[in-house]
This record gives sequence, structure tokens and C-alpha cells, in this order.
Amino acid sequence: MPTVIDARVGRPAGDAVRPILMKGNEAIAEAAIQAGCDAYFGYPITPQAELLEWMARRMPELGRVFVQAESELGAINMALGAAATGARVLVSSSSPGISLMAEGMSYLAGSEVPMVLVNVMRGGPGLGSIGPSQSDYFQATKGHGHGDYRVPVLAPSSIAEAVELTADAFEIAERYRTPVIILADGVMGQAMEPVTPVYRMPDRIPGGWELSGAADRPPRVVRSLHLQPEDLEAHDRRLQAKFAAIAEREVRWAGESLDDAEIVIVAYGTAARVARTAIERAREAGLRAGLFRPISLWPFPSSRLASAAADLRALVVVEMSAGQMVEDVRLAVEGRPPVFFHGRMGGMVPTPGEVVDVLRRAWALTAPGRPQPVGG
Amino acid sequence: MQTLAPDPRRVIYRRPDLLTDTSTHYCPGCGHGIIHRLVAELLDEMHLGPSTIGVASVGCSVFAYDYLAIDFVESPHGRAPAVATGVRRVRPDAFVFTYQGDGDLAAIGTAEIVHAAARGERISVIFVNNGIYGMTGGQMAPTTLLGQQTTSSPDGRDAGLAGYPIAITEMLALLPGVAYAARGSIADPQWIGRTKAMLRRSFEVQLAGAGLSIVEILSTCPVGWGLTPVESMAHLAHEVVQTYPLGVLVDRSKGRPGPAES
Repeated sequence: MPTVIDARVGRPAGDAVRPILMKGNEAIAEAAIQAGCDAYFGYPITPQAELLEWMARRMPELGRVFVQAESELGAINMALGAAATGARVLVSSSSPGISLMAEGMSYLAGSEVPMVLVNVMRGGPGLGSIGPSQSDYFQATKGHGHGDYRVPVLAPSSIAEAVELTADAFEIAERYRTPVIILADGVMGQAMEPVTPVYRMPDRIPGGWELSGAADRPPRVVRSLHLQPEDLEAHDRRLQAKFAAIAEREVRWAGESLDDAEIVIVAYGTAARVARTAIERAREAGLRAGLFRPISLWPFPSSRLASAAADLRALVVVEMSAGQMVEDVRLAVEGRPPVFFHGRMGGMVPTPGEVVDVLRRAWALTAPGRPQPVGG
Repeated sequence: MQTLAPDPRRVIYRRPDLLTDTSTHYCPGCGHGIIHRLVAELLDEMHLGPSTIGVASVGCSVFAYDYLAIDFVESPHGRAPAVATGVRRVRPDAFVFTYQGDGDLAAIGTAEIVHAAARGERISVIFVNNGIYGMTGGQMAPTTLLGQQTTSSPDGRDAGLAGYPIAITEMLALLPGVAYAARGSIADPQWIGRTKAMLRRSFEVQLAGAGLSIVEILSTCPVGWGLTPVESMAHLAHEVVQTYPLGVLVDRSKGRPGPAES
């Protein structure tokens, strides 16, 4: 249980702001509550179940809405209904459940309803494992459901950052009238870390589209159906313009030890934590390594990465997947410098030692005078 | 100054305020027009228009929002009771109904309707059963009668191949969360009147907070059935009711917070 928070100012009721130890799932849940979340809908699945359990206790305490749905289909569609009235809505699940929500996400995007979805990723495909994974990168960043749309995706690399990104996610969702995904993994969900319980509640943006009953105004319809191709294309063009604006304004990334780096790891979430340790060890051994950490996975920080990487000897992408983000990295840098990849799958987490080995191999393969590899 | 004589004409039938002046896209003999009108009349009479949020489902009736001048949210196929749950929970003062066809409610949306009913969500479900998928070209629905020919049961529905018609409203009536369940029909003026009374009751049950209410309305699809509009009404009145008997299936609203008999 965190210290009592005065949600109006987002600060603890007492004087001291002491860090408290929180599990990632619970920290995200409390951050959503403090961000003004009106309603939560979910379905039990490992490794995100504590998020649902936290909401089950806290939301009714606060007179807010908690419903344990009959399925992830039920949960995402309850979210659609609640958010269509302008309520601030959170839904969470893990990989197999997120697949079931693909339908709802497409409808939310098409009918422009803001909502925040947390995916605490586990190993796949299929039922997979309950271990941490990053193998839903494609699903999150390339569309998820059917149709031409994008969803902003934020990837925390610490539990404290997850707390900040939760408030940001609601803000982005409402600013652009779009669902937003917080892409965490099993480690981010299950690990405990100190969190300073200072929260942010984004201002509410009156949109003039929310359903409230057509009293003293014309009726409103929240819809994604535009049967005439001309109408749908016009709607799609408007959506694409919105996505272009998001791609322009909502790019987030962090760099570490980049100033003198000659070889840089690109990693997000838990993989970036492993990378950080690997970089320390590499530097102790005289290898000047750095970290480029995308925080927004869509929009991907392509141009920032391209300029940061232009004069490097190599990039090494580390993921808890067979290699998904690496495709965006290769597109961003277009072969300059060579891109190497190291990934673990199925709930396995790469070790710092493995990553140091890959750094050394990349370093050796890109030695001046050698025929330049395109990566490997 | 001359006094005008009182106008002897009296309005006995007119378009309800909440029914828009829109040319219908429904086929000749389709029941949706009648049912839309019943809904509009009741929302007018019960002064519910300004507080109503409707949930449109997938099927011919997705365009209900073109005819009813109220706020609407469009749901994915079958998910309307989940969408309505979300609306209802954050808008306790709203009047919330779903308008669903039989493919939507009794096939793809069975989980959503069963669990909305189990939770006793305070929503009214208007379930239009015409025994066929009209919008996609007349395929077999879960409610299609045994022996009925459709584009996906060309030799007639065979129980050995495609199972039996599903009487889902009877199934739902078993659940304690369902405060009111009834089956009406648009086959003739008498049943249209009774169906309107059922809908009124179901709306009252929601307003009283007694639980989920559902009115199944047997309706027609002349194009899908391969019958004329007149033949369709006769088929509905004499054949369809053999599988789906009419009447109130359960009324648990008595003894719960809510209206007494109305």
C-alpha cells in the first residue's frame, strides 16, 4: 500500500516524499489511478494479474469503476463503451490476451476513442510461457488489428519510468484521440523497485465528441463504419494526418554514454537494463560502448538514431525476441553503420556476458581494413 | 375581427420526434423500420431521448443511428453488451440500450450477452431475430429454423449438420441477473402493440435498476427468406412462432428495486 496520495496535487499527504518499493504491475495501476483513471476493465492473465488485483481493491475504494470481464474481448469492448463517453479508461493484459484485443484496438483507433492499454509481455507464440519477453513488438508497433492505423507505444525501462509514462500515455491518448499502448514485459511487471510516489494527473481536454445523451445539442455517433469508399478514404486520410503529427511530436528516446561511444547498443525495456550492465563491463575492458534506448517504439526515433549512429563503428541491437525492433533500426540507419543483433526468446533474458561477447565480436568484425559486414 | 374556427383535424399518427426524416435503407417488408419506430415512440413517451446512449451492433441495423436522433456508439460484431456495460458503468444516469440481430447476439456475441446478463447489467437489450444473416446475403444464422433454406444451408438446415435453432432468450431467462425477458413479434398490429408494451416494461426495469432486460422481437427478412413481404408476415405469424413461442419468459423485477406491475 503506498502512502496516501492527495490526488488533486499528485503528492503524498505527508511532508516527506520517500521512495517506496513497488511491484511494476502495482505501480502502473496506482499511477493510472493518480492520473485520474475513471474505469478499469481486465481479465486475469500472468504476468499482469497484480495490476487487475490492485484495481479490484483500489477503484471501488475511490468510487470508480472496476469490472473483471468475461474475456479480453469483453474487457476491451467495455473500455470502448466507457471511453466513448469521455471517461479515462485503463485496460491491461499480457500477450495472448492482447491478441484477443486486436479487434477492439482496431475499432478504438478507427472511431478515435482514447484509452490506455498495458501489455506486460510474455513469451510466445501461442500460449508460450509466462516468462518475460519482447516478442510483441511487431504487434504493438505495426498495427495490432486490421486496417490502416498506428498506435503510440511507450516502453518503460524502470518501474519509476513506468509510473511517469502512465500519465504521459493518458495525455497522448486524449490529445490525439487514440488508444495508446504501454509495452512492458514480465520483468517490468513483476520486479520491485523504488518509486517516488509523486504522480501527475493530466488535464482533461474537452473534446466535444464524447457521448453523454443528446440534451440541448445534436446527437453524436462514435463509429468506425464509413460504407462509402470516398468517405472512408477521407476518414483514413485524416487519421494518417494525425499519425503524421504524432510521429513528428511524440518521439521519445534516451541516450547513455553516447558522447565518446564508438559502438552503441540499441535496446528498450528490460533488455536496455541488461545492456547498461554490459556497457559498464565493456568500458572496463576498454571498449567505448553506449546505449540508445527508444522509449516511444512507435513513433520510432529513426532520425535521432540515424544521426546518433552516423559516425559509429557498429550498432548492436539487443532484444528479448527473435529480432523485431532490429528491423526498424536497420531501416533507420540504412546500413551505416553495420547492425548486429543478439536476442533471447521464450521467456529467457540475455545476460550481460552474452551482450559483451556480441559487442566484442561486432568490434572485431568492423575493424578498419576488414571488408565491411552488413551486420549479423 | 374574425375568430378562426377550431381546426377539426386531429393528429392521430405522426413521425416520433426522435425518428429522423431519413429515407430507409432497409428492404421492403423488413421489420427494422417498425421496431425503430417503436423505440423512438417509447423514448419520446418516456422522455428518455436526452439521456440515452444507444449501442449499435453489426448487421443491417448498424445504421440505427441514422434513424434515431440519439447518441450512439458503434460496437464490434457481438460485443454490444460489453460496450453497453462500459457505457453504463461510467454513466449511471444514462439510459442505455443495445440493438442487436440474431447473428450478432446468438452466435458471435454469446459470451458478451451471457455475462452481461449474469452481471445483471442495467441495460435493455433489443434483440431482433429474423433467423438469417441479412446484411451478408442471407446465410444460415444460429436461429435459422430446421429445414430452412439459406445461402449457406442450400438444402435446408439439417440438424445433423448444423445443429438446432438456439432459443437464447429462454437460456438467458434462467439467469438471476436477468430482471425481465420476453419475446414479441411484428407479425401483426396486435403483436406490434404487445411488443411495444414489452419494450416499455424492459425500459422501466432498467430505469428501476432491477437488472438486465431483454426483449426478443421476431422479425422478417423477405429478401433473405425468398418470400414477398406479405408472405413473410404470414410465415412469421404461423411458422416461426412454432419454434419461438411468444410471451413474457420471466419478470423478476417484482420484489427488486423497481416498478410494480405496469
